[in-house]
Amino acid sequence: MADLTTEFLGIKSPNPFWLASAPPTDKAYNVERAFKAGWGGVVWKTLGEEGPPIVNVNGPRYGVIHGPDRRVLGLNNIELITDRPLDVNLREIKQVKRDWKDRALIISLMVPCEEGPWKKILGEIEDTEADGIELNFGCPHGMSERGMGASVGQVPEYIEMVTRWCKQYTRMPVIVKLTPNITDVRYPARAAKAGGADAVSLINTVSSITSVNLDTFSPEPSIDGKGSHGGFCGPAVKPIALNLVAEIARDAETRGLPISGIGGITTWRDAAEFIALGCGNVQVCTAAMTYGFKIVEEMIEGLSDWMDQKGYTSVSDFTGKAVPNVTDWQYLNLSYVTKAKIDQDACIKCGRCHIACEDTSHQAITSMVDGERKFEVIDEECVGCNLCVDVCPVDNCISMERISGVDPRTGVEINPEYANWTQHPNNPASKVAAE
Amino acid sequence: MAATDHERDVQANRLESSQYDRNFSDIHPALNRHEALVEADRCYFCYDAPCMNACPTGIDIPMFIRQISADNANGSAKTILSENILGGMCARVCPTETLCEEVCVRETSEGKPVKIGLLQRYATDHLMNNAEHPFSRAKETGKKIAVVGAGPGGLSCAHRLAMHGHDVTIFEAREKSGGLNEYGIAAYKSVDGFAQSELDFILQIGGITIENGKALGRDFTIAQLAKDHDAVFLGMGLAGVNALGLDGEDADGVVDAVDYIADLRQADDLSKLPVGRRIVVIGGGMTAIDAATQTKLLGAEEVTIAYRRGAENMNASEYEQEVAQTNGVTIRHWLQPRALQRDADGAISGIELEYTKQTNGKLTGTGETTTIAADQVFKAIGQTFDGAPLDDTIVLEKGRIKVDADRRTSMKGVWAGGDCIVGGEDLTVAAVEDGKLAAESIHATLNA
Ligand SMILES: Cc1cc2nc3c(=O)[nH]c(=O)nc-3n(C[C@H](O)[C@H](O)[C@H](O)COP(=O)(O)OP(=O)(O)OC[C@H]3O[C@@H](n4cnc5c(N)ncnc54)[C@H](O)[C@@H]3O)c2cc1C
Ligand SMILES: Cc1cc2nc3c(=O)[nH]c(=O)nc-3n(C[C@H](O)[C@H](O)[C@H](O)COP(=O)(O)O)c2cc1C
Ligand code: SF4
Ligand code: SF4
Ligand code: SF4
Repeated sequence: MADLTTEFLGIKSPNPFWLASAPPTDKAYNVERAFKAGWGGVVWKTLGEEGPPIVNVNGPRYGVIHGPDRRVLGLNNIELITDRPLDVNLREIKQVKRDWKDRALIISLMVPCEEGPWKKILGEIEDTEADGIELNFGCPHGMSERGMGASVGQVPEYIEMVTRWCKQYTRMPVIVKLTPNITDVRYPARAAKAGGADAVSLINTVSSITSVNLDTFSPEPSIDGKGSHGGFCGPAVKPIALNLVAEIARDAETRGLPISGIGGITTWRDAAEFIALGCGNVQVCTAAMTYGFKIVEEMIEGLSDWMDQKGYTSVSDFTGKAVPNVTDWQYLNLSYVTKAKIDQDACIKCGRCHIACEDTSHQAITSMVDGERKFEVIDEECVGCNLCVDVCPVDNCISMERISGVDPRTGVEINPEYANWTQHPNNPASKVAAE
Repeated sequence: MAATDHERDVQANRLESSQYDRNFSDIHPALNRHEALVEADRCYFCYDAPCMNACPTGIDIPMFIRQISADNANGSAKTILSENILGGMCARVCPTETLCEEVCVRETSEGKPVKIGLLQRYATDHLMNNAEHPFSRAKETGKKIAVVGAGPGGLSCAHRLAMHGHDVTIFEAREKSGGLNEYGIAAYKSVDGFAQSELDFILQIGGITIENGKALGRDFTIAQLAKDHDAVFLGMGLAGVNALGLDGEDADGVVDAVDYIADLRQADDLSKLPVGRRIVVIGGGMTAIDAATQTKLLGAEEVTIAYRRGAENMNASEYEQEVAQTNGVTIRHWLQPRALQRDADGAISGIELEYTKQTNGKLTGTGETTTIAADQVFKAIGQTFDGAPLDDTIVLEKGRIKVDADRRTSMKGVWAGGDCIVGGEDLTVAAVEDGKLAAESIHATLNA
C-alpha cells in the first residue's frame, strides 16, 4: 500500500485528507470522531475575537441543490464563524492536539481588519500548540457585511497587510484561505504571497442563492420569509475550484506556493485531481456533512490503490503533474482532429446523442439508417465537440477518435504537425507576425 | 366413469375470511411520491422514444415522466390523459412487459425497464384525487352521436366526441358501465372500485348520457340508431365464447371463464363464491391466466391450465404466466381436451386430454392421452363476436367488424372499435385508441 503520509508546510499528517474549517470541525467532540475515523488533519472552525460569542440565525441555515434521487450536488449556507466562546475553543484545541499528536490541527481565524485584534488573537492561540493558522478571507456572507471574510479577501492590499501582521506575530505557518468571489484569483494569491503567506487554501464558498420558494417568494433558506445570499459548496463547485487552483499553480508569480485544495471533494479521485493540479493536500467539508466521517476510508483506500496501480509511492510523486498541461486556449493544437464514434454493440438507442447534436450542434448523428432506428456519426458533419459523449447515458459507448489525412468535414488535409492559433492564418495577429 | 374416488367438491368459504382481502389486494401497489421521483429519475427522456412508439395510444411517455420529475404530477396526468382518457385503468391492466416497458432502453441496458405503468398510475391517481377534470368541452355543435357499449372503446370515443362539443348517448346492455373493466379485468388489478371511479371521472367532461340496460338488436336496430344520430360508434366487445366441441359441455361443472370472472368481479363477498377443489382451465390467453389465478386465490387446491401449444405460443405474456405460477397454478403445455368425464350425477369429475405436437406449423394429436381429475373445467379458449344485433347491415371479416384505418365500417355514418373489430389486439389500451381514432374521424367528417 502506497504511503499517504504528507508533509504540508512541515506539518505532518498520515494522509492528505483534512477536514475544512466548518461544522465538522466545530468542537472537540466532532474532531475526535473525525480523527478516530481516520482523517489526517482538521482546520478548526473559524475563531473570532474574544467577547460576546457570534450569534447565528435560529432558523434553517442551509439550501441545497439535488441531483437524481436527492443526491446532494451543492449546499449553500448562511452560518457564521464559531458561535462558541473563544476560551472553550482554545482549551479544546489544546487538549485535542495533545491527544492526537500525529494529526494536523490548524486554527482558522477571522478578526476585524486591524493590527490590534490580529496581534491579540495570535497571542491567545500560541499556547494551544496547534500546527498552523488559516486566515479566513473567504466567508462570503454575514461576516463580510462586518468588513471581514470575503470583504478582506476581495481586496489584495488587505490580504497582504493582514498576512504580514500574522507572519510578524506568530511563529506558526500561515495559510491564507481565498474566496472564489473575485474576478481573477491570481491577484489575491499574489498578495498573500507578497505578505509572506506560507500557503494558500481555496476555495471558500461561492456566493449564491440556491432556490426561491414559489409559495412565499422567499429565497431559501428562508428565515421568517426573508433570505440572504449564502455560500455554495459541494460537488457542484469542484470545477470552479479546480480552475482557480490551476490559475495559481501555473502563475509565474505564485508558482511553487503551496496550495491546500478545497471545493467539492467527495471521493479519492476528486482529491487526486486537486493534487495533480498542484495541491499539497486537500480539505473536505460538504462530503463529510452529507455522509459522515466514514467516507475518508474510501478516500484513503482509493487513493492508495490508484497510486499502487500507477507505481507512485508517495503523494508528492504526482503532485502538480497536471500543471504543465494546463495552458492557454491559444496554444491548443488545432491539428488535433477528432470524430465521435459510436460503439453499436454498447448503444441502447436512446437517441440522446442524436437530438443533442441535431437540435443544438452540428446535425452529425443519424436517427434512422435504411429505415431502422440507428445512431451513427456522419463524419462529414462532426466537428468533434463531444457533446454526444457527454449526454450519452452509457459509459464508453461513444468515443472521440483522432483522425489523420483529409478531414471529411472540411475536405482539407490535416496538418500532421502541432499548430496553434498563434500560427493560424485566420489570426490577424499571426498575419502581422508573418508579414 | 369417475376419474378419481374423491367426492366432487365445489364450495364457497374455502379460506379464512381475512385471507380474501389479502389475496385480492392490489397486485402492484401504487408508488408513493418518493418512489415515483426515484423511478422517474431513471428515465433518459429518449428521442423519438421507443416506449412511446410501443404505446398503442401514443402517450408521450418521456414527457409525462419528466413532468413527474419536475414535481408536476397533475400536468403529467394531463399529458397521459390527452392521449388516453383511460390512462388510469391502462396503467393497471396493460401488459407493459409486451408494450412500452418491453422496448424501454433501460430494459436493453440493464434488464430493468423504467416502471412506466406504475408511474402512469402515480400521475393519473394524483390528478383524479387532487384536481378537477382537466379537459373542457368545445362550443356545443348540436350534433348527436350514438355509442353502443360503455367499455373502454365506447368511453374513449364518447369522451373525445364530447370534448369536441358533440352530444353523446351511450347505449349499454348491462346494468353497469365500464365493459370488461368492470366485469372482466382480474380483481387484483383494479381494486377499490376503480372502474366506476374512472367512469365518473370520464363523465365529468359533460355532454355524455349513458342509457344502461339498452341493447342494440333487442331494444333498437342499427338502422334506427343511424337515422336518429349524426354518427354511430360500435364498441360492443365480444359477447360470445368459443365452445370446446366436446360431449357434455353443458354439464354441471363446465364453466365459462368470462362469466365466472364477471360474477367474481360483481361479488360483494368473495367468500360466498363457490369454487372447485380441483380445477382445469382450458386456454392460453389472459382469460385463462386470470381464471386460474383467481380460482386458486379463492382457495382451489389444484389448478391446472392446459394449453394446446408451447409456452411461447401463449397469448398471455411470460410475465402473466409467472403471476399464475407464483400463485401456485400449474401450466401444462401441448395438451388438448379430448373428453369430459362425469360422475354418476352427470357433473364434471375430470377431463381427458390428448398430447399434441406441431409439425410444419400444423398442430396434431399424438394419440397419447392423460386424465386430470377436476371438479370444474373452465373454458377460456377465446371469445367471439356476436354479429346478430347488426342485422347483416355491416361487413364482417373473420367474424368481426371490418373497419378502415379511421375505424369506419362498411355502413355510412357508422364507426367501430375495440374487441369487436377485426385485427384488434384485444387489449384495453387498443380499444381506447380505436375509440379515440374513431372520434377524431367522426369529428372531421361532421365538420367537413
Ligand atoms: C378475463 C379478461 C381479462 C382481461 N384482462 C386484460 C388485461 O389485464 N389487460 C388488458 O389490456 N386487456 C385485458 N382484457 C381485454 C380487455 O378487457 C378488452 O380488450 C377490452 O375491454 C375491450 O374493450 P371494448 O370496449 O372493445 O369491449 P368491452 O370491454 O367488452 O365492452 C363492450 C361493452 O359493450 C356492451 N355491449 C355488448 N353488446 C351490446 C349491445 N348489443 N348493445 C349494447 N351494449 C352492448 C357490453 O355490455 C360491454 O359493456 C381482458 C379480457 C378478459 C375477458
Ligand atoms: C456550514 C458551513 C460553514 C462553514 N464555515 C466556515 C468557516 O467558519 N470558516 C471557513 O474558512 N470556511 C467555512 N466554510 C467553508 C468550507 O470550509 C469549505 O471551504 C467549503 O465548504 C468548500 O468545500 P466543500 O465543497 O468540500 O464543502 C463553511 C462551509 C459550510 C458548509
Ligand atoms: S462530437 Fe459534436 S458534432 Fe460530432 S457527433 Fe458528437 S455532438 Fe455532433
Ligand atoms: S446517446 Fe449513446 S446509447 Fe443513446 S443512442 Fe446515442 S450512442 Fe446510443
Ligand atoms: S424508453 Fe425508457 S428511458 Fe427512454 S423515454 Fe421511454 S421510459 Fe424513458
